[in-house]
Amino acid sequence: MTDPILEVREITKSFGGLKASNTISLDLRSGEIHALIGPNGAGKSTLIKQITGSLKPDSGSVHFNGQDVSHLSTAARAQLGMGRTFQISSLAMDYTVLQNAVLGALGHRGNIFRFFNNVMKDTGLLATAENALEQVGLQDFRAIRTADLSHGQRRQLEVAIALTLEPKAFLMDEPMAGLGADGSRHMIGFLNSLRQKAPILLVEHDMDAVFALADRISVLVYGEIIATGDAAEIRSNPQVREAYLGEEDAA
Amino acid sequence: MNKETTLNIVLMTILVAVPVLAWMSDEPFLVTLATRAVIFAIAGVGLNFALGFGGLVSFGHAAFFGLGGYAMGILAFHAQTYTPMMEWPFVIEGTKAMPIIWLVAIIVSALVALAIGMLSLRTSGAYFIMITLAFAQMFYYFAISWPAYGGEDGLSIYVRNEFPGLNTMDPIQYFSICYVLLLLVLFIVHRAAHSSFGLMLRAAKQNEERVQAVGQVPNRLYLIAFTISGAITGLAGALFADLNRFVSPTMFSWHTSGEIMVFVILGGLGRVFGPVAGAALYILLEHSLGGLSAYWHIYLGAILLGVVIFARGGLYGLIAGREVAHD
Repeated sequence: MTDPILEVREITKSFGGLKASNTISLDLRSGEIHALIGPNGAGKSTLIKQITGSLKPDSGSVHFNGQDVSHLSTAARAQLGMGRTFQISSLAMDYTVLQNAVLGALGHRGNIFRFFNNVMKDTGLLATAENALEQVGLQDFRAIRTADLSHGQRRQLEVAIALTLEPKAFLMDEPMAGLGADGSRHMIGFLNSLRQKAPILLVEHDMDAVFALADRISVLVYGEIIATGDAAEIRSNPQVREAYLGEEDAA
Repeated sequence: MNKETTLNIVLMTILVAVPVLAWMSDEPFLVTLATRAVIFAIAGVGLNFALGFGGLVSFGHAAFFGLGGYAMGILAFHAQTYTPMMEWPFVIEGTKAMPIIWLVAIIVSALVALAIGMLSLRTSGAYFIMITLAFAQMFYYFAISWPAYGGEDGLSIYVRNEFPGLNTMDPIQYFSICYVLLLLVLFIVHRAAHSSFGLMLRAAKQNEERVQAVGQVPNRLYLIAFTISGAITGLAGALFADLNRFVSPTMFSWHTSGEIMVFVILGGLGRVFGPVAGAALYILLEHSLGGLSAYWHIYLGAILLGVVIFARGGLYGLIAGREVAHD
């Protein structure tokens, strides 16, 4: 078995008395979708932030592509190939859909200190951007102002931008949220094929999607991973049922 | 042609038609007024590069305006008194040549902007505003207390500096020089706004997190934007001092920073031609309201308040609507 692309080693993070991450270890191997699930407030987003670098853990380390990236900035980690989508869409709202996608392609290409040529006429960047939009199904919305998109479409655009980065791993924080039944089905099919390109660490509330997609599932409760395994193992794990799935059933 | 382009053309046509008509009907005062508007427009276009495109609320652009002014003043002072600026280790003479003065103004302002930017960009929000203000005030008090170049009284230049082939003392010819420079600056800023750098910079203004997620560092973008911004405002300072044949510490004062910011906000934040409209309107108000009352700033304040509350895109937002994306 090859080394994991992403490895989180015993990360701990406290906010005052609250342990948002309690010695969390987790890895992501090539070709897989590893889903991270857990009830609200379990610390999923806190963990993602520590992986991408916007939050520094109190202890523990993050390794990416064979390199300790614990002390690197968010931008440096993105450069190394972490393609992230945000839980709450984080886009340039005044830009068009296409401009946002070109922004991703440009960020990945580098050489941003060019002051003279119209970036929206750069055929290389445009091709990457258009291709990414097509893959998520936003090709007809390229000229729409991002602020005018629906929530679901913004999620799709988040994914499209991550695609333009040609990342070594995707970190997706709830890409299905707000997509609706059709959109979800399309996104599930798409993510399913995406894992061949790069593995995905998927934070998701939509259990149907998680069970349909994930090769492995880790369950995070109160800042601790209480179980990791495939769909069948997680379904039958009594601890998980009690802490999480049972709660869902009751709701 | 979209509304914004039409407005740009109308604006630039008016700005050249008024002084030409005034010159033909022998009203040199109006020509000088238009020249002031053009120079203020350049200063505003400079600030807009940092404020409108990068979201950097600099309340210290008077520093660059003043540096440009003193670059002109000091170089011309040494030229008219036939004293070298420096004798050791090598001799540097003053000069009356505008192109050299502009180049010096631009380089000095850019270097100072780079230094101020490196220190100020460690902070953000209100702290950034205060630290840029503090730097400009430092220059202000330094200029006041430096007797070699006039101190509080400023420096006077007997004759306007020279431009090859032109008589710069003729108001319409000096206007033309400034107008062409404004066009050049607008062209450069327009290109930069739509370049790779511009796309990334304007994205950082909207959402820093997004820029980081695509692997870029907002502060690097800001620093470059701030440097370019300072350089442009510095050029305006040199032109302004030459227009008045006088430079004084007032150019460094926080009133000046505020005025430049007013041009940008009146015209439309982040619109390439916005500050031109803002500066023209400001001069128009100063001229028309200033005749009514010495306290015309009260009316300006009311108008500014109206713009901020009801027309946040300034004149450009009001007339041309929201910026149309270029595909």
